[in-house]
Amino acid sequence: MTITSVPAAGAAPLQDLAELGLRESATFDRATIADIQRAAATGVYDIRGWGAKRKVPHFDDLLFLGASMSRYPLEGYREKCDTDVVLGDRYASRPLHLQTPVTIAGMSFGALSANAKEALGRGASEVGTSTTTGDGGMTPEERGQSKHLVYQYLPSRYGMNPDDLRKADAIEIVLGQGAKPGGGGMLLGQKITERVAGMRTLPVGIDQRSASRHPDWTGPDDLEIKIGELREITDWKTPIYVKIGASRPYYDTALAVKSGADVVVLDGMQGGTAATQQVFIEHVGIPILAAIPQAVQALQELGMHRKVQLIVSGGIRTGADVAKAMALGADAVAIGTAALIALGDNDPRYAAEYSALGSAAGFYDDFQDGRDPAGITTQDPELSSRLDPVAAGRRLANYLRVLTMEAQTIARACGKSHLHNLEPEDLVALSIEASAMARVPLAGTSWIPGAQGSF
Amino acid sequence: MCGIAALQLRNPSLHPQMGSLLSSMLCQIVDRGPDSAGLAVYNTPGLVSQGTSTLSLLGADQGMTTAALTAGVAALLPSDAAAAVQVVGDTTLVGAAVGTDLLVKAVTETVPAATIIGRGEHVAVMKSVGHPMEIAAHHGLEAMAGSQGLSHTRMATESAVTAGGSHPFSVADDLCLVHNGSFSNHATVRRGLKREGVVFDSENDTEVGARYVASRLQQGDTLEEALVNLGKVLDGFYTLVVTTADSMAVVRDPIACKPAIIAETEDYVAMASEYRALAGLPGIDNARIFEPEPGKVYTWSL
Amino acid sequence: MVTLTAPESLETAVTAEAPTVVDLSGSTVRSLNQALHNAADGQSWTVANPGGKHSLAVGINADVSVTIDGHAGYYAAGMHQKGTVTVNGNAGVGLAENIMSGSVHVKGDASQAAAATGHGGLVVIDGNAGARCGISMKGVDIVVGGTIGHMSAFMAQAGRLVVCGDAGDALGDSIYEARIYVKGTVASLGADCVEKPLREEHLAELAELLAAAGRTDNPADFKRYGSARNLYHFHVDNSTAY
Repeated sequence: MTITSVPAAGAAPLQDLAELGLRESATFDRATIADIQRAAATGVYDIRGWGAKRKVPHFDDLLFLGASMSRYPLEGYREKCDTDVVLGDRYASRPLHLQTPVTIAGMSFGALSANAKEALGRGASEVGTSTTTGDGGMTPEERGQSKHLVYQYLPSRYGMNPDDLRKADAIEIVLGQGAKPGGGGMLLGQKITERVAGMRTLPVGIDQRSASRHPDWTGPDDLEIKIGELREITDWKTPIYVKIGASRPYYDTALAVKSGADVVVLDGMQGGTAATQQVFIEHVGIPILAAIPQAVQALQELGMHRKVQLIVSGGIRTGADVAKAMALGADAVAIGTAALIALGDNDPRYAAEYSALGSAAGFYDDFQDGRDPAGITTQDPELSSRLDPVAAGRRLANYLRVLTMEAQTIARACGKSHLHNLEPEDLVALSIEASAMARVPLAGTSWIPGAQGSF
Repeated sequence: MCGIAALQLRNPSLHPQMGSLLSSMLCQIVDRGPDSAGLAVYNTPGLVSQGTSTLSLLGADQGMTTAALTAGVAALLPSDAAAAVQVVGDTTLVGAAVGTDLLVKAVTETVPAATIIGRGEHVAVMKSVGHPMEIAAHHGLEAMAGSQGLSHTRMATESAVTAGGSHPFSVADDLCLVHNGSFSNHATVRRGLKREGVVFDSENDTEVGARYVASRLQQGDTLEEALVNLGKVLDGFYTLVVTTADSMAVVRDPIACKPAIIAETEDYVAMASEYRALAGLPGIDNARIFEPEPGKVYTWSL
Repeated sequence: MVTLTAPESLETAVTAEAPTVVDLSGSTVRSLNQALHNAADGQSWTVANPGGKHSLAVGINADVSVTIDGHAGYYAAGMHQKGTVTVNGNAGVGLAENIMSGSVHVKGDASQAAAATGHGGLVVIDGNAGARCGISMKGVDIVVGGTIGHMSAFMAQAGRLVVCGDAGDALGDSIYEARIYVKGTVASLGADCVEKPLREEHLAELAELLAAAGRTDNPADFKRYGSARNLYHFHVDNSTAY
């Protein structure tokens, strides 16, 4: 959000206020008060980018059991620990074979600048992974720079066309997004430039809304037929993913499998968005930690675990997160927010400009405004030109390599010659909440809350 | 964490010495696994016989007299099945001239608590907790004849020190598997097999390997194919010896940390964790001695 | 659970003159579509015994002429380009969804979401169309001889929807720049959709569309509807319309 009332210069810092005997309300803290004041002043709900900012049980609450005496570790850098993953070999004749299980999540041209999209393609291709379009269609820059490009099939169908569909390496049917399961998209007028408007068949400069439901199918019974159509159009060559926002992942995963998906993409509530109501981001959906075991359970019960691949996203930051997601049963992960940060989002060198926008480096989330000093979440030509797609692509490639090597380091320590041999039994939890959600024992015990009875 | 000694006798004139040779090999690997031990012997007269299925039950005491056990099993089988029960050391052997499935049914109905540790027409399996040499002596290994023998001494890692958790794991007719090492993804493979309907007796990682091999063999794999597939599915460190009615196989994981050495002559193939276990075998000085290569499956058939 | 079988690729020899008949009582939808994807401009095809099967003649990308002799299921002529598809019967949900160019003509009725998200080309339905006809349309022209169901032209962005019968509830809700012409009654208009004056240029384009659809209705009998453009920029005063 944007701070509308900046504290007066010389305002007392927090500890001084406490020394004065002033007490901040835990319920009505300053951010809450600012929200109420902003709502009262404008009459509009707060819209922002990024994902959930509240603290939720996360991968940080899990730890790996490295090998010691009863298990043997692999030697780093010498003994094989493979990281490749095949996505979509259930029905598609041309599945994706990626060199790292870390993929780039769907982010639209429109939400992002053309340079940012190009940089994502460059970075992903350099390390042999995939990138994904977003709402609004496929740009030539993106197709040209992406070795593996996943084409999203969204409710709005902005920019959807069969020529690009046939050019795609995979098709991702989007039902929802972790930041807003059940919600549609929006792109505010500042970012609907002539090019964006042209690609989406919209008037320039209007506030664009996207539908929350697909226009020509609803539910798994129709989806099965829709997937059949897309397979027919692409002659059964192209893998078909189904992306769901995490809310009832046990059922949604099972239904995606039953509908004929090759791959299920599961996005937790920490997953980012370009522009959504803050109330939606913070209060709808469940953390990815709680979602993965439910999805994996559904896949296992159908005998489809690792046959229909599971890509998870929403809060992946480090190789440890990658390894933990895979140990819980994911085949791959997707990163969005972290990828933007690697490109240069929230870079402290733009501190003065973030401050001028009423934000700060590390806090900036007004992606909807199109005034991103880093030139990423903008359509402004001057701002966009600040992002060098080659250099930014290189930064992303570096980051992707680090994530992969970090995950490998952990897998080797657990005695695995492939990342996908990590398993829940390699993990313990630090909190009762994380233990119950991730279904791994509380560290030092054999206790998994809820595991013995009904839940 | 474990010691392995295995012997396949190609020359029938050596068959009477099977027990004494295996016993001498076992003696040298005791230190590698002093918690418990297990033995599998093939075609040993007095324990198994052609045309008869034999089940090996854990423990000498099945909660009833031998006569009562014999009568109970016989009552559930055709009259010409000639059910017979004998106790060998800590092991109860039940034989009858019927298929193993039928015999298993009769035994579990008579002794619901029985733990079946071996089955088939050719193999007898014996396991117990304690010092391996005492176990071997208690079962009279020294005097046993046979075509093949397999022994294992165990230092338990992540599962309990019990006789049931000892190797070999024998989960299909005449199939035995012993393991030195630890599988690092056995929980995942176990879940997959369970979903296919496979029932497990223990939490032991080796049982997962044995059940996996049995499942592959049932699907039509040769022993070699089953072990190649095992290498694709099970991760971690292992040296495995697998025996069937007429074959023996050895495989090590691709990193090959756990030891294995093989001696091969015209008269026998012997495999052990350490050379000292092979040192006393006849004609060892002229044997071809080699360490199995990483990730390569070796099989020998009688 | 659905079990889909990926078929082997099929090559079908085709002569340009006589229509090639694909009889779906013996042949698969997969072989039909593969043959159509391999087809060259100018070829004609007839689909016999369609039996309400789904995804018939989808993804056509050549100037071919396809006649479906009977009823079609979901997504008939989906993502159509260039050629002509005629359905001598009714069509199921999502007829000609996301059509890009060319034309699709249904002699009977069409179910829900006909021509949904269509970017171009012409879709003609001689009978009635169900709910959400022209939903999210992006440039396609649609001519319906009969009535259309509720929520038609929802979020319609561009293109023209001509209805010779009546329209159901919430016509043109949240409409952008698409134009709607209705000859009969409109049960109700959706948010931000209003009646607009029928000027000369509208009469002219309507006449053109009706002629293209082979219809003789009088353009002057129609009313025109379009966006009031009040929802183009979020405003608190419109909050009940969102």
